[in-house]
Amino acid sequence: MTSLPASTDKKLGLVIDLDTCVGCHACVTACKGWNTQNYGAPLSDIDPYGAAEGTFLNRIHAFQVEPDQGLAQTIHFPKSCLHCDDAPCVTVCPTGASYKRVEDGIVLVNEDACMGCGLCAWACPYGAREIDQAAGVMKKCTLCVDRIYNENLPEEDREPACVRTCPAGARHFGDLADPESAVSRLVATRDGVDLMPEQGTRPVNKYLPPRVKDSLQAPEMEGAEDILAPFLAPVAEEPKGFLKWLDTALEKL
Amino acid sequence: MHPAPSVILFSTLSGAGFGLLVFLGLGLPAPTSWVAFTFFAIAYTFAAGGLLAATFHLQNPKNAWKSYREWRSSWLSREAWAAVAALLVMAFYAAPLVLAGTRVAPLGWLGALLSLATVFTTSMIYAQLKTVPRWNQPATPALFLSASLAGGALLSGNVGAATALIALLGAITLFHWWKGDRRFGEAGSTAETATRLRGKVSLWERPHTGENYLTREMVFVIARKHAVKLRIIAFALMVALPLVLLLALPVKHMVAAIAVLSHLVGVGVQRWLFFAEAEHVVGLYYGAHRANIAA
Repeated sequence: MTSLPASTDKKLGLVIDLDTCVGCHACVTACKGWNTQNYGAPLSDIDPYGAAEGTFLNRIHAFQVEPDQGLAQTIHFPKSCLHCDDAPCVTVCPTGASYKRVEDGIVLVNEDACMGCGLCAWACPYGAREIDQAAGVMKKCTLCVDRIYNENLPEEDREPACVRTCPAGARHFGDLADPESAVSRLVATRDGVDLMPEQGTRPVNKYLPPRVKDSLQAPEMEGAEDILAPFLAPVAEEPKGFLKWLDTALEKL
Repeated sequence: MHPAPSVILFSTLSGAGFGLLVFLGLGLPAPTSWVAFTFFAIAYTFAAGGLLAATFHLQNPKNAWKSYREWRSSWLSREAWAAVAALLVMAFYAAPLVLAGTRVAPLGWLGALLSLATVFTTSMIYAQLKTVPRWNQPATPALFLSASLAGGALLSGNVGAATALIALLGAITLFHWWKGDRRFGEAGSTAETATRLRGKVSLWERPHTGENYLTREMVFVIARKHAVKLRIIAFALMVALPLVLLLALPVKHMVAAIAVLSHLVGVGVQRWLFFAEAEHVVGLYYGAHRANIAA
């Protein structure tokens, strides 16, 4: 059924801290590993030793930001499915392969019903869906639905592979419908934001913007200074002692 | 957006085919026997052939039959229903005309309505997408409907209607291009809204060195100078030449054939541009569309 549920009991999702992400791509590798070896069609690589492309459910972009004042920054920007409340990818699906779960709000694809038309990927503003070139079906982040409820895994592993593996602690998983959950409090204290709010998708995943950086403990530079000048200036303007005698003696020759 | 040949062929041919079915359904003309057979054969070749071509872009066509399920929410599903309903009803309308020379007018009217509905549902697949602002405008259904009716009028030999509809199509096409060039800016998505970072945002590095499904399918960028030339070619073939032929020359079979051919090739070029020029907002995550935001 590709009509969206009026509301979901939980809103499971990710909170991604752009201040903490170091752009190591460990989450990309962990995601590809788990989702290739477990549920559904594997995430294929095409021409891996040549032009090299493949299917990924999670990709790390990097942006340069030039603030109005201060120095430019590089921001690593992980992006995967945002499990939107008003997911446009779900309603466009003609076969019923795309759906949003009532119990936890996860957006999934039933690969047995997908005909690979790609319309859901067109409808997604975030580029969260990719047709696997080998399997011909739509692949997307499942929020590791086969980990988070998996009682065969130790309890600490029952979270999405990307979250479990992140060495910087930049990715957080939880219920964003519960205002008291750790992720909800994180969003509240750090002013978490929605991506492309003008698209009206109401994403569940939130992004924490980078904190304002400390200022350098040095005078503000104007751009025209010679930073080596202090080191190249004479130690004394007039020579003294032996050097003064040598100086005058040589002058007299 | 990537201009897939199968989808362009589909939207050009089936548009004209369903347009012809509209005129046949309305009894303009209402041929019988072998003439009727020829007319309906052309219409069905275009309409059904186009639909068949569209299935070639499916990556997993064995599940295509399931696309009838979600008509409540999906325009693509509604298109599948409308197309089958139109082709079935028109078959029941065509059979008595061909075999017995009898015209069951109400069936024809219903078939004409369903044929128009099919073209409308096709156009809504594109017009509904907020992610592609150029398509997300009311002129998109108008463009598809006028193109279909103009093609149908030409193919069915309604010279007066064809002249008027081709002129209308020309006006709507010009408007769609003019408005389309402004839609990305109007929609308001920028690298800043895409990342919500404070300051001037530009892409520093793509996620991977290689291309991917998204960049090939949705981050297709056409050279601007070529776009202008192709617009001129599309307009000349789709509108100008057929109009000159219809208005200036006595309409004989040869003239009509040239007009039809020119018109269909022109619509094909216009549909190629419809895809190639369409900017998807996901391009913002890949460093595309900066010129569109500035415009």
